[in-house]
Amino acid sequence: MKRIISLLLAVLLTCGAAALFASCEKEYEGEINVYNWGEYISNGDDGSRNVIQEFEDEFNIKVNYMEYETNEDLYNLLKTSNSNYDVVIPSDYMIEKLIKEDLIQKLDYSKISNYKKVMKRFKNMSFDPKNEYTVPYAWNVTGLVYNKTMVKDKPEGWEALWNKDLKGKMLMFSNSRDAYAIAMQLCGVDPSTFTKADVDKATAKLEEQKPLLKKYVMDQTFNEMERDQSAMAPYYAGDIYTMTTNNDNLVGVLPKEGSNLFVDSMCIPKSAQNVDGAHKFINFMTRPEISAANMDSITYASPVEGAKELMDEDVASSELVYPPESYLDKCYTFKNVDDEVYTYMQEKFIQIMS
Amino acid sequence: MRLKRPGIPYIIWMVVFTLIPIVFILFYAFTDRSGAFSFQAFFKAFGYTDVFLRSIWIAFISTFICLVLAYPLAYFMSRLKQSTQNLLTMIIMIPMWMNFLLRIYAWVTLLQNNGPIDTLLGFFGIHTQLLGNQGAVILGMVYEYLPFMVLPLYTVMAKIDSGLIEAADDLGANRLSTLRKVVFPLSVPGIISGVTMVFVPSASTFLVAQYLGGTGDIMIGDVIDKIFWSDQNTGSAIALILMVAIFIFLVILNFFGDEEAIAA
Repeated sequence: MKRIISLLLAVLLTCGAAALFASCEKEYEGEINVYNWGEYISNGDDGSRNVIQEFEDEFNIKVNYMEYETNEDLYNLLKTSNSNYDVVIPSDYMIEKLIKEDLIQKLDYSKISNYKKVMKRFKNMSFDPKNEYTVPYAWNVTGLVYNKTMVKDKPEGWEALWNKDLKGKMLMFSNSRDAYAIAMQLCGVDPSTFTKADVDKATAKLEEQKPLLKKYVMDQTFNEMERDQSAMAPYYAGDIYTMTTNNDNLVGVLPKEGSNLFVDSMCIPKSAQNVDGAHKFINFMTRPEISAANMDSITYASPVEGAKELMDEDVASSELVYPPESYLDKCYTFKNVDDEVYTYMQEKFIQIMS
Repeated sequence: MRLKRPGIPYIIWMVVFTLIPIVFILFYAFTDRSGAFSFQAFFKAFGYTDVFLRSIWIAFISTFICLVLAYPLAYFMSRLKQSTQNLLTMIIMIPMWMNFLLRIYAWVTLLQNNGPIDTLLGFFGIHTQLLGNQGAVILGMVYEYLPFMVLPLYTVMAKIDSGLIEAADDLGANRLSTLRKVVFPLSVPGIISGVTMVFVPSASTFLVAQYLGGTGDIMIGDVIDKIFWSDQNTGSAIALILMVAIFIFLVILNFFGDEEAIAA
């Protein structure tokens, strides 16, 4: 008897829970799969706007939102699996590669009415010269962060990362492209595109730096800097802004020789299932107030005209988030590099690190 | 031995998730980018010999420290009251309830400058960099894998008939020779599976060195992880060499005990 009662109770509970879910489950007219960088959207945390929810409510399209860590992860996924993503947000050089390998499709700009609000500087970019494939989502530059209690002379350029006085207290990018870009700038090589010989020059420069470093890191930079564990590090300027708000000892610097201006743009892969929904999503994300909400939460700059004015004043007024026009003129944007050269660089960098 | 039906789900699992991936690794290791047969990946893989040897060394030291720490603990545990044994087993298991990466993060916080341990040592006038060296990496590994050494040792020792130890006492053996001539030989299977379960994962581990080590402590698991981004062939070749090295290690270990003790 006891068993029958427990069984009944179990069935009742399960059905109840299922019914509860079913009643919550809205009837959507369609769904889109969005694949974006980790922590790269305003998702309702800390009282921010939940832009995905807003999109779902307005267009009645369900968003399956997933995240990746590197451009290369995204590339491998698009290249090797049959997964169908409707919107992806890769960076400049990766977009060029995706176009070359025919992995993303041309957009129908008549469906993206907000595209006219995109700033001139972020149209006709080298990775999409005729504005056929992309709508920019966010941009920023690389910069330097240092702890003023540990660094005596204010660093001005990348050369500071080779300062022998800070031996064992400095960090460096563990991402090959970003690390090599810094070394190449110092060797007088244009980091936007390069040859094997250029890689060799930069490799020597990076080898010279290794004994001075504490670690090669990416995300760990936040912890290392915010907890006063390291004296100086290169990182993305928008993230440096976040660090400086969390620790008053930290100061952000835009290196005097210029740095990497990166632009992450929305694209639709060839394998997309809901192309119409994808266009709606892209158009929605390009609304100034939505872009402003996203940029407030990721502290990068918006390419959309009018978004800056709608952002939190502290964030928008920082030169780390919005570097001045004059600085951008000194910056370079990554271009696609031949597979062979890219693999060579990657290999050299692993050898340096090991 | 005839295959029994209940084994079928596991066999399917093993084929899909163990054998097929190994075939892929073999394929990639012996081909180049274009898919043609080549030894190029192995030539490149040998460029990482230093890292490889360092990883084996770190794994060896970690395993040794685990064994030294775990053996007496397991022995004393096995001689305690049953209820106390259960309690101790649970205490050893508790850290394993937490995610591996979180535990490593915790060590970063513990060992950092002006962190708890650094502050404590400061009271005694000791000022040193605790993080970012090989010692920190080994500490992390020992912490991570110690339960895998204690549990098999304890299981084997708990099964040792206390009558045998009493008999040794009766026959005039002192504690040391009881340990040497009775307990130790009977615990060999536990040592072998403990060493296997610590050495194998620690030789191939990754991330621990990235968090606790400095620029010179990267391990072969980290190299495989990084190299796979751009070059699956070399990554596979290194993975294959590592697999063979571990296999040889297991075979050698096999000579010391009966075959059943080998966990792999």
